[in-house]
Amino acid sequence: MIFTRNAKARRRLRESGLAYLLLGPSLLIFAVFIFYPFLSNFYLGFFKTPPFPGLPNRFVGLSQYQEVLTSSTFLNSVRTTVAFAFLTVPLGIALGLGLAVVAHQQLRGIAIYRTIFSSTVATSVAVASVIFGTLFNPVVGLLPWLGINPQPPILDNPDWALIAVALITVWQTLGLTFILMASGLQAIPDELHEAARIDGAAAWSRFVRVTMPLLSPTIFFAVVIGGIFAFQTFGQIDLLTQGGPLDKTNVLTYYVFTTLRTENNDGKAAVLAVALFSITLVLTVVQMKVLERRVHYAR
Amino acid sequence: MHGDAPSPRRTASRNRRRVLLKVLRYLLLTFLAVVIVFPLYITVVNSLLSPQQIASRPPTFFPIHPQWGSYSTAWDAGHMSEYMLNSVIVTAIITVGQVATAILAAYAFAFLEFPLKRALFVLFLATLMVPFEVTIITNLTTITNLGWYNSYQGLAVPFLATGFGAFLLRQAFLQVPPDLKDAASIDGYGHWRFMTRVAVPLARPTVAALSVFAFLGAWNQYLWPLLVTKDDRYRTVQIGLKQLSSTSLDQVNVTFAGVVIAALPLVVLLLIFQKQLVRGLTAGAVKG
Repeated sequence: MIFTRNAKARRRLRESGLAYLLLGPSLLIFAVFIFYPFLSNFYLGFFKTPPFPGLPNRFVGLSQYQEVLTSSTFLNSVRTTVAFAFLTVPLGIALGLGLAVVAHQQLRGIAIYRTIFSSTVATSVAVASVIFGTLFNPVVGLLPWLGINPQPPILDNPDWALIAVALITVWQTLGLTFILMASGLQAIPDELHEAARIDGAAAWSRFVRVTMPLLSPTIFFAVVIGGIFAFQTFGQIDLLTQGGPLDKTNVLTYYVFTTLRTENNDGKAAVLAVALFSITLVLTVVQMKVLERRVHYAR
Repeated sequence: MHGDAPSPRRTASRNRRRVLLKVLRYLLLTFLAVVIVFPLYITVVNSLLSPQQIASRPPTFFPIHPQWGSYSTAWDAGHMSEYMLNSVIVTAIITVGQVATAILAAYAFAFLEFPLKRALFVLFLATLMVPFEVTIITNLTTITNLGWYNSYQGLAVPFLATGFGAFLLRQAFLQVPPDLKDAASIDGYGHWRFMTRVAVPLARPTVAALSVFAFLGAWNQYLWPLLVTKDDRYRTVQIGLKQLSSTSLDQVNVTFAGVVIAALPLVVLLLIFQKQLVRGLTAGAVKG
């Protein structure tokens, strides 16, 4: 009796040991490169980084948070990022959904069209930015030839730069949005459409009454994801506008980057990172609510 | 069919309408495909033209005398060969590392009992809440202190584990029938053999989707490689494109060639692994 209990306990101990061994590599990476840097942001935010390297950091408590988070540059940066989200997300989803609907039919060769519609997933942000940066170029680009030639050039133009970067982003993410929407559409049983058709519903009303409600979880979901992506936008800005002209494209992640890299101001960058995290957290919570709703829908 | 048969003329006109509708559908699809693919197409065309031809108006939309020299210039003088090699190395390390650590962790969560299991699982999920952009400040310091600034380790190590991947694989492992586990242990399979010979093979679609997703993420990284490298020895291809695009306009064909070179691996990947890619992306979208 005692023997078996001991053996059982020993087996359990061995199993636990194995489990921790298996989790070890992941936990180590998470601890060093996710949780520690995440938590240290809050702490770093309490210290003012000296203007010259070599001087000690000065403890200033919450005052740096207050200073940075009420500064006009920060508020402008948040506004710019929100505007960027509004420029990219609705348009991207509308186009992705449109393509998915058009590609959702039985036609010979439709697979080729689906591949082409998803083709921009093969481009990175850098690839898309360099392609369009060159196409928008006033000397070698195609836009000026098409008669679209604002002065100053589109990417240096305070009125147009953000819109141009947004359009490039929409194109670059279109493949992904299409894939998302197309698989959402595929999940809707054909019988529902068939039933609506037999009931005499026209194509448009079938789309609005049947497709849209059933697809709404996917769409909500794409909205939230798009919002989170917008707050992580960086490459396009670095390659095309460097936050300019006149800070018109200085989105939050780019602001964190320049604060860290150009200003070498770790303390201020940490406060900005905390803000970036908080905004993303809110969006993630919304996402979870949406997911909850999606589960509800499925029932 | 039933009732009175339609007159031949009506059938003919209906057929004609059906054909017309079909033609219209193809026209719409083709129009959309052309619009979407045009930027990629013109990039390939421009990579084969001379800089003078690229700047001439009206633009050339088909290269009658393709000039392939831009590719060798981009590859050698433009350092694309180095950038590509660096990207391949870093992407391979990250992909293999992520899949390996995810398999190990997912196995523990799916098949083993141990104290703090729930809490640790929540901790894994919590990593999904922290965007990488938020961690760069201290990570840059950590990597520098480790002596890994401007190195493959610096580029890859922070990404060797993924809570998302562990979560996805755990779900797949939970689908493995319990009978199989019992049968395996009767056959004297230890955990290691059960993992490698039963669990992982059964979860192969998920492993494949995760691999493609990890590859895509690693290959496309921009912010971190920009922060942690300082010269061409370790720059990845995305950062290399930045270097290449900042050269003068009389080399613009070389820039276009560089873009094509940088995009090619993913185009090939998309064509071969389309199904896995779609699975990985739709599952990955949940992560955001």
